[in-house]
Amino acid sequence: MALLEVEDLRVAYGKIEAVKGISFTVDAGEVVTLIGTNGAGKTTTLRTLSGLLKPVTGKITFEGQVLNGVGAHKIVSMGLAHSPEGRRIFPRLSIEENLRLGAFLRKDTDGVAKDIDSAYERFPILGERRRQAAGTLSGGEQQMLAMARALMSRPKLLMLDEPSMGLSPIMMQKIMSTIGELKEQGTTILLVEQNAQAALSLADQGHVMETGSITLSGTGEELMHDESVRKAYLGED
Amino acid sequence: MQDLPDQLANGLALGALYGLIAIGYTMVYGIVQLINFAHGEIFMIGGFGALTAYLWLPDGTGLAVALPLMILLGVVCAVLVAIGAERFAYRPLRGGPRLSPLITAIGLSLALQQAVWAFYPDAKKARPFPQIGGSDFDLGFVTLSREDLFIFVSAPVCMLALGLFVAKTRTGRAMQATSQDPDTAKLMGVNTDRIIVMAFAIGAAFAAIAAIAQGFKTGEVNFRMGFIAGLKAFTAAVLGGIGNIYGAMVGGLVLGVAEAMATAYIGDIPGLEQFGGGSWKDVWAFILLILVLLVRPQGILGERLADRA
Repeated sequence: MALLEVEDLRVAYGKIEAVKGISFTVDAGEVVTLIGTNGAGKTTTLRTLSGLLKPVTGKITFEGQVLNGVGAHKIVSMGLAHSPEGRRIFPRLSIEENLRLGAFLRKDTDGVAKDIDSAYERFPILGERRRQAAGTLSGGEQQMLAMARALMSRPKLLMLDEPSMGLSPIMMQKIMSTIGELKEQGTTILLVEQNAQAALSLADQGHVMETGSITLSGTGEELMHDESVRKAYLGED
Repeated sequence: MQDLPDQLANGLALGALYGLIAIGYTMVYGIVQLINFAHGEIFMIGGFGALTAYLWLPDGTGLAVALPLMILLGVVCAVLVAIGAERFAYRPLRGGPRLSPLITAIGLSLALQQAVWAFYPDAKKARPFPQIGGSDFDLGFVTLSREDLFIFVSAPVCMLALGLFVAKTRTGRAMQATSQDPDTAKLMGVNTDRIIVMAFAIGAAFAAIAAIAQGFKTGEVNFRMGFIAGLKAFTAAVLGGIGNIYGAMVGGLVLGVAEAMATAYIGDIPGLEQFGGGSWKDVWAFILLILVLLVRPQGILGERLADRA
């Protein structure tokens, strides 16, 4: 049984359908990516999975439990963490407070302290500035914080929405290599990216979304060599 | 001007009272961007709750016994009404057009006033509030009245408790997170509906304490007392920077002192004699508000909108 199963999911903003019946699965230990242009419905899909939006129809199953109709704050406790588009760190709270909020539902104080330390190990810059307001960090540092914060809930599935958006090439590389490390450590990741090259090279499975539908699916390798993907998303003629 | 220290103390007492009410406006606004115009009536209901506790006690009960019970019942009444208002009047409108909850708030304000007027015994006229007996405290440079002592103790205690709660506790952090980014707070596992209820409840509790202070000060409670007090506290919240809890208290203090000073001294300025005294006292608050909004629209401690993006 897959960790996450999405069946014929439809999501609409009023009368405008943003996701038009998509189905895919994520197995434990896998990295699955959704690629596609702006407005394809990738972010809407993630926001629905984490409970911020309600689907019109369709079924979302996580570890055998149906997620439809479960409130966003409860979905986190089931093991699904969402690092949202645009990072959305809490700007006027310190870095450490941001991390503690990531562990909001955890009761194991010692475990939380240990995980905060390992977040600082993974991203030393966050440790150096732990008391600083998160809003003072650069874009790349904020992205690190957003990922570290999502990991603080010890999720079974980590959803990352556009982690490379607006970053310098060096910072983008750093973030992508962190995602690679997480994958090697066995973290299950659902990755939404516009940088198809980077996403597909990390992914076990990939799905191409266009205007609310999945138009093409395959392994990361297959999609990277698919001619239409190369033309549309990898900037080749 | 030899009574300046006394006027200052008087203004600070008044200001702390406005500040305590203003906390309720600012916390609710900071979290749901709603101006709860019924907050003045929640303040008024806190006053009636305290009076009820006093009337239930046998005659001659000492203040040391009566005051804690008055605070308790006043706070309980105000908090219950505030939670009910949130649950049944505001929550169903959340996510709708911004104007709907505003109109609801005004309606609720009138409904609560009329409910007290109609159903509380003898509330069609002002009801006398118990008084703290005894003489004033003469500290040499300033004389403090016993009535004002209540607010001088309760306001700092409330502020300190709130400050610690917001900065140091897990729930306080969740509250800050919800006010900065509600959707992302949900993604952390914060039940934002509960945080909103808590903001209403804390504001109501502080308003009830302010109502007792005002009861002591003016010697009465009446069903209309929430209107002017609420309006001035709202002014204090905007003055201090709406959404900022310390701003609400600072705004209250500035407003209270300005009002006391203007009432006491403006009449002494040649040519302005007719503006002196108590009949103009409610005007100064709003003149001050207009001036601050012209010079510093974000309020004294408010952030510019650009910082909030």
